[in-house]
Amino acid sequence: MIFTSFPFVCFLVCALLGYYIVPKKIQWCFLLTASYVFYTIADPRFLIFILTTTVTVWFTSIKIEKINIEQKAYIKEHKAELSKAEKQAYKDKMKSRRWKWLLLGLLFNMGILSVTKYTNFVLKNIHGIFSDASSFKPVNLIIPLGISFYTFQSLGYIIDVYRGKSEAQHNFFKFALFVSFFPQLAQGPISRYGDLAPTLFAEHRFEHKNFSYGLMRIMWGYFKKVVIADRIITAVTTLVGGSEYTGTYVFCAMFFYAFELYCDFTGGIDITIGIAEAMGIKVTENFNLPYFSKNIKEYWNRWHITMGSWFTDYIFYPISVCGPMLKLSKWSRKHLPAGIGKRVTVYFSCFVVWLATGIWHGAAWNFIVWGLTNYVVIMVSQELEPLYAKFHNRFGFKGKAPYEFFQIMRTVFLMSAIRMFDCYRNVGLTFKMMWSMITDFSFSAFTDGSLMKIGLTASDYMILLVGFAVVLGVSIIKLKKGSVRDGLYARSSLCFYNVMAVLLVVTLVYGAYGVGYDSSQFIYTQF
Amino acid sequence: MEEILEILQEMHPDVDFEKEQHLIDDRIIDSLDIVTLISEIDDRLDVTIPAEEIIPENFNSVKALSELVRRLDEE
Repeated sequence: MIFTSFPFVCFLVCALLGYYIVPKKIQWCFLLTASYVFYTIADPRFLIFILTTTVTVWFTSIKIEKINIEQKAYIKEHKAELSKAEKQAYKDKMKSRRWKWLLLGLLFNMGILSVTKYTNFVLKNIHGIFSDASSFKPVNLIIPLGISFYTFQSLGYIIDVYRGKSEAQHNFFKFALFVSFFPQLAQGPISRYGDLAPTLFAEHRFEHKNFSYGLMRIMWGYFKKVVIADRIITAVTTLVGGSEYTGTYVFCAMFFYAFELYCDFTGGIDITIGIAEAMGIKVTENFNLPYFSKNIKEYWNRWHITMGSWFTDYIFYPISVCGPMLKLSKWSRKHLPAGIGKRVTVYFSCFVVWLATGIWHGAAWNFIVWGLTNYVVIMVSQELEPLYAKFHNRFGFKGKAPYEFFQIMRTVFLMSAIRMFDCYRNVGLTFKMMWSMITDFSFSAFTDGSLMKIGLTASDYMILLVGFAVVLGVSIIKLKKGSVRDGLYARSSLCFYNVMAVLLVVTLVYGAYGVGYDSSQFIYTQF
Repeated sequence: MEEILEILQEMHPDVDFEKEQHLIDDRIIDSLDIVTLISEIDDRLDVTIPAEEIIPENFNSVKALSELVRRLDEE
C-alpha cells in the first residue's frame, strides 16, 4: 500500500478522521493501531521483524537506563566514603555493563538487517569467485518494508539512551509507535527520539491551521511524485534499459534521473511530514533545497539530512575519536607531512562512513562505488579548499552572483553524474555510458525528434517543463522569502485554499496515470 | 583557552573565534573540523573528548569548548 495508491488515500482519510474522533488520551494508541494495520497490509510476515527490533531495543534500553540509575544512586549514597580513583573505577565498571547491553542490541539488530538485505550480495560474490556469477541462484529472503529506516531509528535511540541524551521509554507500546509510526515507515526520515516523541505522544486538538498546512504539504508531495516523478520515470526506464541509448541520451538520462529522484524522494517526504503535521506531530525536515548547494559537502548537509546526521553522530564521530584512531593521529602527526598527518583520522573515518552510506543504499557494487565516489570528491574538494580560497581572493569571485550560479550548476552536474551509478545499477555500464556521453554527444538529438521516441509525448514534455518551473519557482521563493505556505496563508485563507485546490486538480488531471494505473514505488522505499 | 583559540585559528585564520558564539549552528566549523580539533586537543592538551560530548552546546564557542576541556580534564 504505497502512498500514491487509492487504498492508501482511503486509509489516510480514515486515519486522519479517526485520530481526531477518538478521545485525546488514546490518540497515540490509535496511531499505533493504524501503523500496525498499515504494516500488516504491506505484508503480515513483516510484523515479526519489526516486533523483534521493537522488543529487543526496548528491553536493552531499559537495562541500560537501570544501570545508569543504579550508578547515580550508588555514587550519591557513597559520595563521602569513595575516593576519586574508586569513584572512577566504579563508573568504568558500570559503563562496561552498559556497553555490553548496547553492543548486544546493536549487533542483534544490525544482524537482522545484514542477513535480510545483504545475504544474497555476499553469497553472489563468493559464488562469483569460484564460478560464473550469472549462474547464482539467490536465496529467497523477505526484506521487510523500511527495515533500514526503522532499524537505524531504533539504534539511534538506544545509543542516545546509552549516552544519556534520551530517557528510556518505559511504555512498550509508546516505544512501538516510535518505531512503527506509519507515515515515515517506508522511506524515513530517520527521526531522533528526542525530536519526535514530544509531539508523537502528545494529545492534539484539531487545529485548523495545522491541518490545512499538513494537507497543503501532502498535496505538494503528490504533485511532485505523481505529476513529475511518475511521468519522467518512463523516459528514464527507456534510456537506461537500451544499449542503443548512448551519447546525448545518456546526458538526458542523467538529468532526467536526478530530477525524478528529487521529486520522488522529496515528494514522499513532503507527504510524510504533511500527514504528521495534519495530526499536529512534528517530524524532522529531511531536505533543505539541496540543489542550491555550492559544493558537494554542502549538498550532503541539505539532502537526506536525517541519514547524514545519523552517520555523522553514530559512526563518524565514534570512529574518529576512539582510542586507536587518536593513537593513529598522534603517530601520523609525528611521521607524516604536517598537512596529511593532521587529517589521517578524517580520511579514514570519512572512508568508513561513505562505504557504509553506499552499502546502506543497497546490496550492490554500484552503490558501494557511488558512496566511495562521493568520498573521493569530498576529500579532494576539502584538500583543494586553500587553493580555491587563493583563487577567489585573487580574482574577487567570492560572493558574486554569476560565480555562485556557476558553483550551483557545477554541484548539480557533479551530483547528477555521480547518481548515474545508482541509475544504471552497474559499475562497468555506468563508466561506459559516462564515456559515451563525452565522446558521442551530439546536439542534433535535441532537434531531430529522437527525444520524442523515449516514452514521452510533446504534452508530457510540456507538463514536465511547467512542473520544473513550478518546483524551481517555489524553491527560489523559499530560499529568498522563507515558508511559501506562510506567505500564502498571510495573504488570505482564500488564496491558500485556491492554491491547494489547484494542486489537487492538477495532480488528478495531469498525474501520470494510465490504464490499470499502478503508481511506481518510491525509489527510497527499496533502501 | 589560549591553546584552543590557537588551534582553531590555525584551522580557520579568517574567523574571529573570540567573538563567534554559534560555530556549529552557523556552520562555521563542520564535522571534519571537529574531528581535527579533537585530535589536536588530544595531542596538545592530553584531553580526550568522547563522542557523546560532541554536541553543538559544547562546540559553539571557544568558551564552551574550554569549559568542556576543563571538565574532562578534572574528571
